[in-house]
Order: sequence, then C-alpha cells, then structure tokens
Amino acid sequence: MMNNSSEQIDQDRRGFLGAAAGVATVTLAPGVLLHGIATAEPRAERVTDTVRYGMLIDTTRCAEGCSACVTACNQENGLDLQRMPQGMDPAKWDRQEARWIRKVKLQDNLTGHVTNLPFMCQHCEHPPCVDVCPTGASFKRADGIVMVDRHLCIGCRYCMMACPYKARSFIHAEVEEKLTLAPRGKGCVESCNLCVHRRDNGQASTACADACAALGHKAILFGDLKDPESPLSKALAALPSRQIRENLALNTGVRYSGV
Amino acid sequence: MANALVRGSFISFGLAGAFLALAVQAAGDNFVVPGSRAANEKSCVEQTDFMRRNHMEVIKHQRDETVHGGIRATQHSLAGCIECHGAKDPNGQPLPINDEQQFCGACHAFTAVRLNCFDCHATVPAPALGATARLPGALGMGSWHPPIHATPASRMNLSPGQPQPAER
Repeated sequence: MMNNSSEQIDQDRRGFLGAAAGVATVTLAPGVLLHGIATAEPRAERVTDTVRYGMLIDTTRCAEGCSACVTACNQENGLDLQRMPQGMDPAKWDRQEARWIRKVKLQDNLTGHVTNLPFMCQHCEHPPCVDVCPTGASFKRADGIVMVDRHLCIGCRYCMMACPYKARSFIHAEVEEKLTLAPRGKGCVESCNLCVHRRDNGQASTACADACAALGHKAILFGDLKDPESPLSKALAALPSRQIRENLALNTGVRYSGV
Repeated sequence: MANALVRGSFISFGLAGAFLALAVQAAGDNFVVPGSRAANEKSCVEQTDFMRRNHMEVIKHQRDETVHGGIRATQHSLAGCIECHGAKDPNGQPLPINDEQQFCGACHAFTAVRLNCFDCHATVPAPALGATARLPGALGMGSWHPPIHATPASRMNLSPGQPQPAER
C-alpha cells in the first residue's frame, strides 16, 4: 500500500515536470535543442515500471549473411575485447566465448524456406533465470530489463541452465581489457541488457537496432511496450508477431514476426 | 673514542631517519597522485577524512543504486573515482589506477586490503579504452559523465555559448 502511494506521487511529479518541460520548450525556442539537452542527461531518479522495454524483430527484413547487429553489440559492450586463453582448444573457446546476441538461421526442411534472425536475451516478464538465482544477482529491473548484478553473482550458472533461450554466457577467465560502460570479470554470468547504459543516458535505441537501421534493414525495432503510442507498440499492433517458446508463458519482451 | 664516534653516527642516523619519517607524514597529508585531476581539487566529492574512512561504503551504496535503480547522475560512482584520481604517464596515456604506484593500488598495497573492484571494472577512464576511442560517434563515459566537482568554469574548457553544468 505504501509502495503504491509513493509510486503514485512519483508519477504525478513526473507528469508535472513533463508538462513544465513541454511549456518551456514551446516558450523558449521551437523545441529541438532544448529537448536534445534534456534527454542527454544521465538518469537521476530510480527507474519505474511505467515503461517496459522490448523489441520487435521483423525476420523478413533480416538479411542473410549480415551480422551488423552482432558486431555492434560486441563493440558496444566490449565483447570483442575478449581473448582466447593461451593453449585453449579453439573449438572450446568457440563454445565458451561470451555472446550477447547470435545470428540464427532456420530452415523449414519441408519447404526449404530459410529464416534469418538475431537472437538474444528475450527479457521475459517472468524470467526463469531470476526464479532460480540463489543470491538475487539475476534480477529484473523495474523497466523490464533482465540483467545480472555481478556484485552478487557467485557464478553458479543455475540461470544458464534455466534459460530456455541459451541467452547467457559465463566468463571463465580473467579479463584484461574491459569498458567502463560494461564491467566484466572472471566468475560471473552475463547477457544482453538492452544496452542499459543507453537507457540510463536517455538514448533512444540499442546498438544492434542502430546498426541494423544504419544498413537500411530496419529489422530490429526497439521501444516501450507499455506506451500504446510508441512505434514499437504500433508495429506490434500492425504485424503478426510471436514469442519464441510462447508455450512457456514467460511473456517475452522480444517478439518476432515472420517466424 | 672510536666507539663513541660509531655510537654518535648511529644516533644521528637514527634521528635523521625519525625526522624523515615525520617529514613524509607531514607532506603525505595529501595522498592524491600528482598529475591527476584530483591533485588540483580542494577536496574529494565529500570531506577528505570522511572519504578516507568511508569510500568503500559510498561506492558500495552507489553500485546498488546504479545497477538496480539505473541512477547514473551522481558524484559517487567508481567511474568518477577513476576519472579524477587516475594519473597519466609522460606520453599522456592513462595509468591503471590499481597499479602499486597509483591512487587505489598504493594505499591498498600498504594496508594489505585486497582490491577486487578491478577484476571487472575498467582501470582507466573511458575515453582511452571506451567506446568513444574505438567507435567514432559512439557515446563513451567521457562525454556524458556529470562533472565530478563543481569545477571552475575557467578550467572546464567550455565555449562561451555552451550552457554551464549545474552544480550538484
């Protein structure tokens, strides 16, 4: 009850601030510059569940042989800084190297129809990885992003077992180079966090979606599932889409159309 | 006579040593690494004696706020520590802050407290290693981290038309 009422107050204040900002925008200048500055500010208040981030992936637009989203993710989150430990079997490294997003190619053997799609953490509403985590390291942020608090992760990998999407990776060896934006170290599990630093910094999209759009494919649409006016919600209303393993009733935040 | 001389020289050496220790203690009131941005600041984000005793509590609290609440507009981030307290080598390359001669590493080596922040966290400020350096146009820490201190405008290197960052 207490929680509800305090949340209500926050929402009211946000609404007021939003309205005030709108007025300022109109009165001071025709918009663009002031708005740009306001959204570039890092987040100062806790995230709330007034938004839920998600994606729609239009597999009909996903090009065969293109891996721009994977490359962009690797660069954004420092995954390309991983180095194979000396003397390791390259095949083993191929299985162990952390990956947040994969390109998957499906073929219907009856018809020969091929579908390409990027696959990553599906950011479930009811994430099994969170259910099984013994320390609370695996958690769902208020805005729907499922992520790992590495400070709490003990590296037991239960979440990797529980995830039906093979979305998580374990860091097996010490990491020499890491980015300030994406800490990474031996003994912790990690996965796609919908570019959480971009969310907190007020940027509009994720690295993978930006890279896909830059090539003109526009297969990945990122946005707010709770806002009925967001481009994502409108696209979901317009296109038939599915959740992967929808029989598990996890209500994934990442949806696919054309599969 | 010879004995007295030897004893005398021992005593004088001992005294010199004691004075040296005192002098180091007096000068060592400031443990900030020369050449870092922090060396030009009057105090850390909180009072210096408070930070000496409680910095671990401050960043531990902040990490929960950041990871779970997404709050990044704050002075109490580890990235802020590294940005301000990190020194550079003569070539202008940032030095890892956990090196034994550097701000975090030196004190933790002296007090024999194992420092494992940097098992995962970057040891140099973002622009050197971060997305900015590798991906033109991408946003690294350098471009969006809020001002750690209320830095005088003269040192902020802002063009006159640019809005001044708000003091926190």
